[in-house]
Order: sequence, then C-alpha cells, then structure tokens
Amino acid sequence: MNEGAPIRTQGPPASSGTIMERSSPGRRASAFAPLDVPAVTVPAGHERALAPELPQVAEIDLVRHYTMLSQQNYGVDTGPYPLGSCTMKYNPKVAETVAAFPGFQRAHPLQPDTTVQGTLEMLWRLERALCEITGMARATMQPPAGACGEMAGLLMMRAFHSDHDASRARGGHARRKVLIPDAAHGTNPASVRLAGFEVVSVPSDDRGLVDVEALGELVDDQVAGLMLTNPNTLGLFEERIEEITGLLHSVGGLVYYDGANLNAIMGKARPGDMGFDIVHINTHKTFATPHGGGGPGAGPVGVTERLVDYLPAPILARDDDGTLRWDRDREKSIGRLHGFHGNVGVLVRAYAYVFGHGADGLTEVSELAVLNANYLAARLAPAFPLAYPDAPPMHEFVSSVESLKRQTGVRAMDVAKRLIDLGYHPSTVYFPLVVDEAMMIEPTETESKQTLDAMAEAFLRAADEAHTSPELLHDAPVTTPVRRLDEARAARRLKLRWGAMHPPD
Amino acid sequence: MLAAAGRSSIDDLFAQIPGSVRLARPLAMPDGVSEMELAADLRDLARRNRSADDLVCFAGGGAYDHYVPSVVWALAGRSELYTSYTPYQPELSQGVLQILFEYQSMVCELTGLEVSNASLYDGATALVEAVHMTIGRGRSRVLVSRGVDPRAVQALRTAGRGTGYEPESFEGEPQVSDDVAAVVVQHPNVYGVLEPVRERFDAAHAGGATAIQIFDPLSLGVLASPGELGADIAVGEGQGLGNHLSYGGPYLGIIAGRMADVRKLPGRIVGETVDVDGRTGYVLTLQAREQHIRRDKANSNICTNQTLMAIAAAVYLAWLGPEGLAELGGQCLSKAAYAAQALTKIPGVSLLSGEPFFKEFTLRLPRSAVEVIDAMVERGFLAGVAMPQAGDDVLVVALTERRSRDEIDGYVVAMEEVLAS
Repeated sequence: MNEGAPIRTQGPPASSGTIMERSSPGRRASAFAPLDVPAVTVPAGHERALAPELPQVAEIDLVRHYTMLSQQNYGVDTGPYPLGSCTMKYNPKVAETVAAFPGFQRAHPLQPDTTVQGTLEMLWRLERALCEITGMARATMQPPAGACGEMAGLLMMRAFHSDHDASRARGGHARRKVLIPDAAHGTNPASVRLAGFEVVSVPSDDRGLVDVEALGELVDDQVAGLMLTNPNTLGLFEERIEEITGLLHSVGGLVYYDGANLNAIMGKARPGDMGFDIVHINTHKTFATPHGGGGPGAGPVGVTERLVDYLPAPILARDDDGTLRWDRDREKSIGRLHGFHGNVGVLVRAYAYVFGHGADGLTEVSELAVLNANYLAARLAPAFPLAYPDAPPMHEFVSSVESLKRQTGVRAMDVAKRLIDLGYHPSTVYFPLVVDEAMMIEPTETESKQTLDAMAEAFLRAADEAHTSPELLHDAPVTTPVRRLDEARAARRLKLRWGAMHPPD
Repeated sequence: MLAAAGRSSIDDLFAQIPGSVRLARPLAMPDGVSEMELAADLRDLARRNRSADDLVCFAGGGAYDHYVPSVVWALAGRSELYTSYTPYQPELSQGVLQILFEYQSMVCELTGLEVSNASLYDGATALVEAVHMTIGRGRSRVLVSRGVDPRAVQALRTAGRGTGYEPESFEGEPQVSDDVAAVVVQHPNVYGVLEPVRERFDAAHAGGATAIQIFDPLSLGVLASPGELGADIAVGEGQGLGNHLSYGGPYLGIIAGRMADVRKLPGRIVGETVDVDGRTGYVLTLQAREQHIRRDKANSNICTNQTLMAIAAAVYLAWLGPEGLAELGGQCLSKAAYAAQALTKIPGVSLLSGEPFFKEFTLRLPRSAVEVIDAMVERGFLAGVAMPQAGDDVLVVALTERRSRDEIDGYVVAMEEVLAS
C-alpha cells in the first residue's frame, strides 16, 4: 500500500510564499513585437493613477512556482477520487487533443454562422445524442454549469405555467411552490428561490426513497413542479418514479430531472420515459469533462416537446440545404443565460466522450459504475454499514460512521483525513445532510478491481485503527504539505488577498 | 465481483428499475469508436470552421484575440490541477487553493477594489451576480447604461424574471431615486467608447445606489481602475487573460467589490489561515454564504465555477507583470487609433462617436455591416461585430496587441475593395 506517500516529493523545499515573494522589480516574462504604429497616449482624464502590484518574475520563476503548487494538488490523474455525488472518473486525454484543434479553439463566438459549420454540427450531433440518452425532444447547450441549467429549467417551468394557467384565467404566478426532497443538493433550493418560487421539502421514507404518500399530501394546484435526481441523492433508484411523476402531472405540475446521477442509468432507463419533463446534464460528471479544480462545467438542458418553445435563445436550426444557424427569433423563449453559446470548449470534450463510447460504451459505463459501487459497498459493509440498507445502491452509496463514532469517538472527517495519509482522496463526508456522519462513496466505472480492493483495504484499516490507535485518525493527515487547517480562523481573520489583513469582526 | 456484491448478474444490478421504464432497446446512436477514428471525426468538424487561426481577427464584442503565451496552458494544463475537483479537502488541494488566492489578489490589484472571488461563469453572468448583491431593502430597480453589451442585458433580463426586476436602460445622467438598487455602466462601453463614468457613479452614489462597472481587464495597465473611478462592484470578462476564444466558452467571470460587501459576494472565496502546526495554508472560506449551507436563503446558486480559467488568468497576469500590462494596453490603444484613422479615410466610412476609445471603435459604413463581414471573410478577415441595435450599417472593430501594421493595412485595403464593389 501507498502508505505515507507525501503529495510533494521532489525539488527544493516548498516556498511558503506566494508568487509575489519571487517578484523582483523590473523583471518580466512577457515580450511583444515592437510597436509598429505611432504611439498614442491615454485620453486625458482616463489615465490610471496607481499601477497594479502584479508579480515581476521571469518565465522560469513562474514555471517553478506553479509546478510546485501543482505538485501540492491531487487530481484524478494522481489517484482514485471516490467523491460521492461528484463523479470523479478518468478524463480521457483524447478530449484535450480534439478541443485544441485550432478550428475549435480559435473560433470567435460572433463569427458568421456560415463560418462555424463544424462547431454547429458538433453541437447539433451532441444535442441529438443527449436527447436520445435522456428521452427529451430538444436541448439547449447554453448553461455553463448544472446550477445554471437548474435556473434555465425553473424559468421554463415558470414561463410554461404562466402561459397555461393564464389560459385558464388563473393569473400568472399562482403556482408558487416547487417540491424538493430533503436530501437534495443545495443548488436545488437556491435555484428555486432565485427563480421566484418557494421551496417545499419532501420527506424521505425509511428506505431513503421519496415518501410517496407524503408527496401525495403536498401536491396541489399551487405546485409548479418537483426537482428530483434518479438515482436519488442517496444513490438509490426511486422505484415508484412513475407514481411520482404521475402525481405531479395530475395537478398540472412539471417534473425536473437533476442529472447529477445520470451516469448510473445510461442505456438502461431514460428520464423522459419515467415522466420527467426537463433534464439537466452535468458534463463533468456523466461525460468526464475535466473539472479543473472547481470548473469549468457545462449544463445542457433537455425538454419534452411541449416545453421546446421556452428553451433559452438562440437554439440551433437546420435549413433545407443542411446549413445550421442560430435561431434567435424565439418569441416564448426565457432568453439568454450566458454571454455567448455556453462552454463550447467543454462540450467538444463531452462530444468526444459520448461518441467515443457510443451506444454500447455508454451502457457499459453505467453497468461498471453500478457494479463497482456495489462491490465496494459490500467490501466496506463490515466496518461502514450502509445508511439505507433496505434499498440496493446504484452507482454510489452512503455509509454512516455513526456506530464507529459511538464506539471510538472517531468521526467521518477523521476517517477521511486518515485516508489521505494512506494515499487516497477521501470520499465525500457530511453529505447528504440527512445522514449523520455520512460518507458518500462513488468509485466510478474507471477504477479496476485491484484499485477497489486496495481502496477497501485502506478504509478498513482506518476503521481498525479507530479502535487500536485512534490518534492516527485524530492527528491525520501528517503526510501533506499542510495538516488540518484552521477554518474558523480563516473566516474570523479574513485574509483574502496578499498584503491586506482585515481586523477580526 | 458480482458474487461479492451478492448479485447474480449485471442485469440484477438494475433490478430495482421497474420494467415499465427500462429501455428495452440499445440507444439509437452509433457504437463506440477508437481514439483515432474519433480524432479523425473531430478533425473533420474542426476543419469545417474558419477561425482566428486562418482569418485575421478584428472581431471583439466581449471576446478578443489576445495572445495566449505557451506558458499559460503548460501550467494550467498540468493534470494535478486540471483533473481535480473543487477543493473540499484542503490538505490535498493547496495547489488550486493558493493559485486562487493569488488570482483573487491579482484581481484586487487590477481593479483597485478590496475583495474578489474564485471566479464566475463569464462576464454576462458576473453582471447578474453583481446586480443580485444590490437588490433588497426597498431597492429593486436596476438602471443599465445604453453602452452595456446587449447580451449582458439579455442575461440580466432572463435572471430578472425570477428575481423580480426588469433592467431599465438610461442614456446620459441616470435618474437615481430611492428605489434604485444599482447603476450599471460598461467602461470601455460596447462601442469601445470611454464614457464619463465618474459622473454616472457620482449620480448613483448621490441616490444611494450601488455603482457597478463592467470593465476590460486588459485595459487596466493604462486606464483608470474601477476603484479609481468610484465603482462599488466591478465585473468583467476574463477571457483575454490567457483563455482561448473557444467559440464563446469556457470563459472567466471576474467580480471584485468592497470588503463591507464580502458576505454578499457569490461563489467560492479562498482565505489564508494556518494549520495545526502553524504553517500557512489556504481554505475555502465564508462558506455560510453559499448554496450548500444556506440552501434557499443563498444569494446565488453557483457551485461549479471557472476555476481552471482563473488559474490560467493568474499565470497569464504573472507572465504579463505590471510593465507588460501597461505595454499591452498601449499597443491596443495605439493600434486602434491607427486603424480608425485609416478606415475613416475610406469614403462613406465614419466613426459613430467622436468620444475617445481604447481598443475597440465603432464605424458607420455605407453598406450593411453583415454583408461587409461576409465579404471580408472571403478576403481573409474577421472584420468585426455587427451591432444591429445601433443600425444595420454599424460595425464594431477590435484591435489587440497581436495585430501588426501590415495586417491593419491589409484590412483597410480589403475594406476599400469591399465597399467599392
């Protein structure tokens, strides 16, 4: 086992300073061609008074500095990354190669449509594929991330009801409520409120599934819709999904599919066939676009036929001669959500994943994701029992450290930090919020049995140590460039930039 | 593995999906292909595009053909950074966290403001987030200068449908009553023009509203910073800071503001702290603002952001340095002045406005701008961006440090030919 391997192993000792500490007056890395037109001075009254204090470094200085920092970071290329709900699978390298083709990388977003037929064709084929995978009619590629996709979906919900309820002389915004399961990701309730709705929480039952009877009580003609992932946020498939979507439709509501867990069911079941009306996809989860330390993502949103008119504008249209163009003339559209066409450079990578894998490969991706999660769940069960053992997990599972904590005082966070010392990125901890001492584990399809076995050994070893030498867990990590950080101090004595310290509140 | 998991078959793993919603057929799309077939397919698609790679680019409108030095993606492309998630485990993420701290610092230096964050999606959505910071306490009106990019205004209008405001446009002096939350000015504006932005912001402050400036980060080596101009919040499109054109994204939404408003700032913020041994380190901080804690009380729903683009921007700004930033600004300014002077010598071509400009300027042409753009493509140029809301004959032309005198002269000759034909 990869025990105690520090993240950073080579080069001179890490400087504790920022790039500014490598700065030396007058040094610079940049150079331009000499100015070959007459120099012009800044128009009077518009001059900058105080020059910005940017680093003054040579190229080698910044290369060493940022290389050193990259070595203090753990990515999927470094090792397994079983962050539940985040889906950190391997990002195929071919996606980087194709996204860097100059025709894609250097296309200006406001070029005439006739000059970017390759990109528009790529987006068109990707849209068709995503609609086939999800069972939707059309999709927008504009949202740059899942949360923005949620906003698109909710605003479409609002526009749809405003049209349809008005025709029944009910007034525009009678439907004020959007239902969300209590375990939902935080972006769901935040998006609901920003879209002008109120959040109504739907309880889970003992098995971790939507309490359909309770849902029945909550559903009325004030409800605009329901947001749901399936498999849900606990990694469990909502078996009564048709009853759930039927309940919403019976009162005129719409059902929104949060695509966070779409990677579990590709080629097996489609949100459209389950009765969902709107679907967003997180390309960094389902289609392995690199997450870049926090982003970029892309959040395409698909809808059924009756919602197509409300999609963000513009959407792609194909003329009779086969030419693709942006159709901007969309009277009922909710409008624009992004300055241009969304994260197209990310969508090229998603295209590479979708068409590289194809129908057979995507289906296999879901099969292996579910197999790996079930295998790992079984291996871990003796020490880390499933929080909801009565429903079989899909592509991820939630274990609880509650009993270990009662026996040893070791918490989920301690287990996570010990895993770091054992060479692994930890699972998600303390999410979903509805499970005490939650550990949410998602191995993804790209890890082999050997890797899963080694990872299981590390988890089980940490559980053993919780009994025999708990200080190893309480003190962890000890192999990293820094150990546990004082987050309370960070929030109390705000230092959010170099050079400036703000006094305590 | 199946046996260990207590399952009989792969099919058994999906047994909890009711048969009525199981897909009984393969997905209706081609089966997978090898990497070489995939790369050939995408190479074919990429070759169907024209781009700034084969056309000389004078198009701007929020996305610019600034030079991307090799060092930027040699470093931002390191896979320890590139293939990592949001830094929830700070001990394993000091690289991303420290670079974001440095990025935040550089944004504060650029803008002359006090606090920034770890990035937003792009310039247009950064404006939406900035406006959302200002709404409340009886103030819900949003006044937007006519010089603001129409695409940003459209994004604001979309978001306003949910939050309950409708952006109102103004020209000249804004009328700031006590129900106005924000006054938004783009500087340089969408026509490239330098507006008297200090006066607009004075009017905003006199009426108790927040002054929001949309800025161009690459202007800030030569032009007064948002802080110097009196902006309370500055937002901008950071694509030009080392990020490729990529047909509109992934780009970089920059936001900066005042420390007093830090708890209203959206998205991730990185702070410096110490570990149990007293060593300096970095963490995500003030998370109580964010959706995963505040849920339906959060000011913003942003989760995934554009961290990688912020990393590229940090490397780029360190490459540039203060002298490089000033030189780049001077080159843009001088080349735009040279091009404008040459182009307005063509009969029938004039500047839309006599006001000073930075790297972009707006021409009135004797013909439809869309037709001229198409004809200029034939001659090897992306001539600029049409601005139909100002007239069919209006063309916005952008100059970056990359454009040489020869390219500008060639553009002028081609424009003469197109307009004469």
